[in-house]
Amino acid sequence: MADSDCVIVMGSNMAECHPVAFRWPMLAKARGAKIIHVDPRFTRTSAMADIHAPIRAGSDLAFLGGLVNYVMNSPRWSSEPFFKTFVLNYTNAATIVSDEFKDAEDLDGVFSGLKEYTEKIKEWPLNAFLGQYDSKSWQYATAQDAQAGSGWKANTQQSGEQPAGDERSSGQRGAPAQAAPPGPPFEPLVKGLLKPPARRDPTLADPRCVFQIVKRHFARYTPEMVERVTGCPRDTFLKVAETLLASSGADRTTSFAYAVAWTQHTNGPQIIGCAALLQLLLGNVGRPGAGIMALRGHASIQGSTDIPTLYHSIHGYMSHPSALKKHDTLANWLAAETSARGYWANTPKFMISYMKSMYGEAATRDNDFGYEWHPKIIGDHSHLPMFVAMNEGRVKGMLCIGQNPATSINALVERRGLGKLEWLVVKDNWVTETATFWKTAPEVKSGTVKLGDIKTEVFFFPSAQVAEYDGSFTNTQRMLQWHYKAAEPPGDCRSDLWFTHQLAKRLKQMYANSTAPRDAGFKALTWDFDPDPSLPHEPGEVPPTAGDPDGLKILKEINGYYSDEPTKHVASFGDLKDDGSTTCASWIYCGVFPAPGQNRSASRKADPPGTPGAQLGWGYAWPANRRIMYNRASADLNGRPWSERKKWVWWDGEQKKWVGLDVPDFAATKPPTAKANPDAIGLDGLSGTDPFIMKTDGKGWLYVPSGLVDGPLPTHYEPAESPVRNPLYKQQASPVYKYWKREDNALVQPGDSRFPIVITTYRLTEHYLAGAMSRFNPWLTELQPELFIEMSPELAAEKSIANLDWVRVSTPRSSIRAKALVTRRLRPFTIDGRVVHHVGMPWHWGYEGLVTGDVVNELTSLVADPNVSIHEGKAFVCNVEKV
Amino acid sequence: MPEPMGFYTDTTVCIGCKACEVACKEWNQLPATNGGRSKLSGDSYDNTRRLDGIHWRHVKFIEQFDAERRQGRWLMMSDVCKHCVRAGCLEVCPTGAIIRTEFDTVVIQSDVCNGCRDCIGACPFGVIDINPVSGTAQKCTLCYDRMRAGMTPACAQACPTASINFGPIRELKQKAQARVEQLHGRGERGAYLYGADEKMLGGLNSFYLLVDKPEVYGLPPDPKMPTRNLKRGSLWSALGAVVVGVVGLISLRSRRDVNV
Repeated sequence: MADSDCVIVMGSNMAECHPVAFRWPMLAKARGAKIIHVDPRFTRTSAMADIHAPIRAGSDLAFLGGLVNYVMNSPRWSSEPFFKTFVLNYTNAATIVSDEFKDAEDLDGVFSGLKEYTEKIKEWPLNAFLGQYDSKSWQYATAQDAQAGSGWKANTQQSGEQPAGDERSSGQRGAPAQAAPPGPPFEPLVKGLLKPPARRDPTLADPRCVFQIVKRHFARYTPEMVERVTGCPRDTFLKVAETLLASSGADRTTSFAYAVAWTQHTNGPQIIGCAALLQLLLGNVGRPGAGIMALRGHASIQGSTDIPTLYHSIHGYMSHPSALKKHDTLANWLAAETSARGYWANTPKFMISYMKSMYGEAATRDNDFGYEWHPKIIGDHSHLPMFVAMNEGRVKGMLCIGQNPATSINALVERRGLGKLEWLVVKDNWVTETATFWKTAPEVKSGTVKLGDIKTEVFFFPSAQVAEYDGSFTNTQRMLQWHYKAAEPPGDCRSDLWFTHQLAKRLKQMYANSTAPRDAGFKALTWDFDPDPSLPHEPGEVPPTAGDPDGLKILKEINGYYSDEPTKHVASFGDLKDDGSTTCASWIYCGVFPAPGQNRSASRKADPPGTPGAQLGWGYAWPANRRIMYNRASADLNGRPWSERKKWVWWDGEQKKWVGLDVPDFAATKPPTAKANPDAIGLDGLSGTDPFIMKTDGKGWLYVPSGLVDGPLPTHYEPAESPVRNPLYKQQASPVYKYWKREDNALVQPGDSRFPIVITTYRLTEHYLAGAMSRFNPWLTELQPELFIEMSPELAAEKSIANLDWVRVSTPRSSIRAKALVTRRLRPFTIDGRVVHHVGMPWHWGYEGLVTGDVVNELTSLVADPNVSIHEGKAFVCNVEKV
Repeated sequence: MPEPMGFYTDTTVCIGCKACEVACKEWNQLPATNGGRSKLSGDSYDNTRRLDGIHWRHVKFIEQFDAERRQGRWLMMSDVCKHCVRAGCLEVCPTGAIIRTEFDTVVIQSDVCNGCRDCIGACPFGVIDINPVSGTAQKCTLCYDRMRAGMTPACAQACPTASINFGPIRELKQKAQARVEQLHGRGERGAYLYGADEKMLGGLNSFYLLVDKPEVYGLPPDPKMPTRNLKRGSLWSALGAVVVGVVGLISLRSRRDVNV
């Protein structure tokens, strides 16, 4: 971001919530870059920005769509060769889409293929989709008019709960695989998945090509419409659009930064997708100072999706085996999840190496490498449905580590769920609201819930802090950094590593003599992380706490090694095999620990100040230590940098390889002139000008034929709760979002005058999330001691509220109290011709800690995006009254 | 003798994160207001309100918006002791507790301070107050202990955007001047340095880059030495100091007994 000429922070309050990372946009600003903040409130980020563009919470996609429209209709964009070359060659703009596809423009806000959703598994009727799409008509048209195999198979979404969409195409592609003999080697299986390439029109004139479809789709997202939907003054919007375009091109780049204010919506992934579309149009992908930065909220939350605590994926973004898909055998899983073209053609190698890591010597060619032992999901097991399930008595016990659900979404439902558990383990640094929900929650104190009625047995395990054990962080730019134990944890405090390791060892012992077939997998699970007592410690090193596992052994398991020669580590994921000879938990981390004694995450070699570079010696970034992904796009068709100022990697004709400031994200010796071989699998199926090597067609996707369950193009929908009708379409909200219908989860209908005010929730610099790490620290609590609600003087006057007055904030779920903070940093919006007031509340408070306050998440509801099940805490409606 | 050291605070890049406040308290082990259970001030995001004996760094928040929100700014400034070259506090201290260090900074020696409060009134910036734990006057030491060990003061070390710059005054002045010129070049004509030249109390060893009048930030436009107002009162002050000093010594002793 320090290399950017313009940084657009949107869906994030970067200065407040990521103050340390914000130094990079500030560095860019010092070098002359423009900073733009698009946000409902004027925050500490806005204070640093050259332009603050205010928008109503929940209208981000209309704003971004307006930028797409502006760019595609601008004379400069339409005439400058850079943009045309980039879009025509590096994106799927020229690809022809099936004749059956109907856009949201044709169907007043929905796409072709919409139908009713029916639950498939009676044991788990909790997937909660309002509707579902059959994505068949969204596919590319092929020469033979067959359905093209579609691209990025990494499971970043939960299509598994919607069997009709992706699964159908998977099923079709599974058929030839069954004809081929199961491997290893699995190459014939992958070859059997090859489909004819999609049709293209390089003139971009075909009305069915992606370029024309995108242009039509956004034609009504004019500056006037942006103002009508978002409330952002037209001149401010145009200033943003002009600055963005002026800061993009061969010689200049713009980056976007977003966080949970883009994700936490019923169409969050589509908002991010719209930014990706925009950045691809502008050539702002794969280049220095470009891209879309997902600012992640915790230290190592990136790591927690790479080595996932997500229910729907296994290590390295592979799909979790699912009872809802054709995943009954290993061969069928591979057929369903492997793409014949692009780098994901190597999926069998990643998967077999993963199975070897799970089951070790017990994983053999004859037993499908233990695939049958692997657990399978039966639906959406993410946070919200799990708490609904708890309320229904479907869940017996819970291990709650590093989370505080008693203050989470629709908190009354969550606490009610906790009260239905038989047992609850809370492992945290402090006795959080979740640990004491049974005695100090407001409903227990008030007597609404009787203390004796809660039967949950609660266990509290005190946690060690990060400086009290060895381990690694993976931060927001995919970089692993090792950290060392600096102090002994006090008393009984133990690390999460210790807890998990000891729990696993005890469970292994408990199951050791079981003869039940269902326990065979657990018995076969390898668990060999005890420290080697003979290993000497370096002088000055704090010795590990007794019972801690050896962190380096875990890192080695993740990195990979040769199954028959465990002391030999796998040096790169290119060396992984599909025959069981390699063991690797997470292929994307392969290379971080290439040999004993070479822990690259511990490397701390900085580039000399003032020299351009990627800091390749500092930590280790997956994949393969690349700092910018898809960086082939930083060079033109001939492999030359687009400009001297923005050079990153390029083709060296003499050495006949890609070189540059970063690790090239491309086949190392494949020249720019290389042609795609339509009969080949993997990267050979892509040409020397296809930078997006994880995609089946090597292109950045403006239009997304598969992978998303709510449409191939970003479309503005109102949030589940909105004070206005959707000005763009008859369709009010996403037709397929998730809603868990319960009496204690009622929603406000659009335009309900009892709840006319838009509310958004957020964090402050001074506190951390639910407050466990900050509300117990007096140095932090004195900085922000009490819960408040920010509102404009206009709303305050209307409601006769003075600064610091107590106010009551209500939704159909609950009502809470907070002090008013009246400020012009908030403003009323004019939406579709009428005034809409907007308030905001930080959600850090609860009933434990040095300072307490009402739980803001009692106001929120159990609704979610259909792709990733994230809730909609960023945009809903409420009422506000003086107490 | 090392050269004069100090702070240059560029308020245009302060993001109001208050990391400086917390880093200062952590390093100097200062208590929080009412054990952390303080009240919402209602004044923007400022809930610690002032510099005093337990707040040696304080971030100010100034909201400037017109009713239509056509013009809007949210100014932030991390305030601290100015370490004046001609320091009023040092001049009035009757016990010699306040000294000028080898770094040309101004430090109150807690073990010599008798808690007479003269320095509190003498400081034109309202920096000093009694720390209720020690019972003595306290303020920023510019992390004298860290400087002695060749380290950066805790606040400057923690500042994520280099709003707080620490170094030799000579270098800081060059850097600050260049920044003012850069801002002027970009059309921000209101940028200027406060306290960087000798006209203000011989120069402030902690000086600021501001974009509005000093009063907007709660700073005096023309700070004066206390001697100008205290010519005749100083004798009384000295006498009073002796009395207070004796009382202070006694109370210090009794405080030690209760282990505060």
